[in-house]
Amino acid sequence: MTLAINLMLWGILAALAVVAATRGRIVLQQGVREGAVDFLRLLPRIGLGVLGSGFIAEMLPRELIGPWLGPESGVTGIVIATLGGALTPGGPVVGFSIGAAALKSGAGAPQVIAYSTAWALYAVHRLLLWEVPLMPARIVWLRAAVSLPLPFIAAAGAMLLGKP
Amino acid sequence: MLRDPNIYSRRRPGAFDWSTAVIAAVVGAAAATVYFRDGSARFLAILDSDLFLFGDMLPKVLAGCLIGTFVTLLLPREIVVRWVGSESGFSGLLIATVAGFVLPGGPVTIYPIAVALLAVGADAGAAVAFITSWTLIGYTRALVWELPFFGPDFVLWRILVAIPLPILAGVLARLALRAFAARGRGKP
Repeated sequence: MTLAINLMLWGILAALAVVAATRGRIVLQQGVREGAVDFLRLLPRIGLGVLGSGFIAEMLPRELIGPWLGPESGVTGIVIATLGGALTPGGPVVGFSIGAAALKSGAGAPQVIAYSTAWALYAVHRLLLWEVPLMPARIVWLRAAVSLPLPFIAAAGAMLLGKP
Repeated sequence: MLRDPNIYSRRRPGAFDWSTAVIAAVVGAAAATVYFRDGSARFLAILDSDLFLFGDMLPKVLAGCLIGTFVTLLLPREIVVRWVGSESGFSGLLIATVAGFVLPGGPVTIYPIAVALLAVGADAGAAVAFITSWTLIGYTRALVWELPFFGPDFVLWRILVAIPLPILAGVLARLALRAFAARGRGKP
């Protein structure tokens, strides 16, 4: 699957490069050079985030997650899940493995949805590590602010639709 | 259009910033705790799996950065302004949401492309809808990361619930910006 994603990304890039080449060699060279510079500047930050996520996840109190987020925890559980998602550090492996572990150890589905939605939208470490260095700060905080109610809406939607 | 370099200027991260320093300190403390609490074998096992993940990400990140720069260089400003600019209305948010769903990549490819869209004239509401859509309903993320952990039923159900959220976020972002602008005008 990761191969398919890579092929798709590099296919899109190849198509863009062909279009750039038809506009002239300078456009193509500029694109490659600027893209490579962006990549090199990103590299240490991503390396830190990925290498760090495993160690930080090891510190998390996994045994507390089940009882606090069970199906009976209701709105309180959703609030806790949303806070937990916002405070969970680390990459996709950390967030999804905690969510899946919580689901297996008795957390309710709406709570897990609130958790993974909050974690995906405004995990604090991701805002600081990836988004603020890459985007205008104004957009980052605007996006985080308008995202605040979304985990609750997602959890409410999940409750209305019922379990799959 | 290419003669005006300012259109394409983007904010680039400097060599050092505080958020990176804070994260580095937290990571260092966590790594040291694991090493002394659980021993070097556990430490090396975690390091090994993280290094594998890092290596796996690199080609995607490089492709994402290059796609971002090429999109900035090639996408005609007028088209972006018309499709997802501040006058684009509801359909602009819809287009941004579909773009977020369709474009491949993970969280590290998303921001360069969003910045590129902003640089060529997309409004903040559309950029917010785009990022939210990519994060919540982007299919590559769901296929690569979520499916192995949660299984197809749960993932499909979660995505179904999330479909209206990017548009909602975009609408809220535009309302917030409008409120700020109105307050700014009200001041002497």
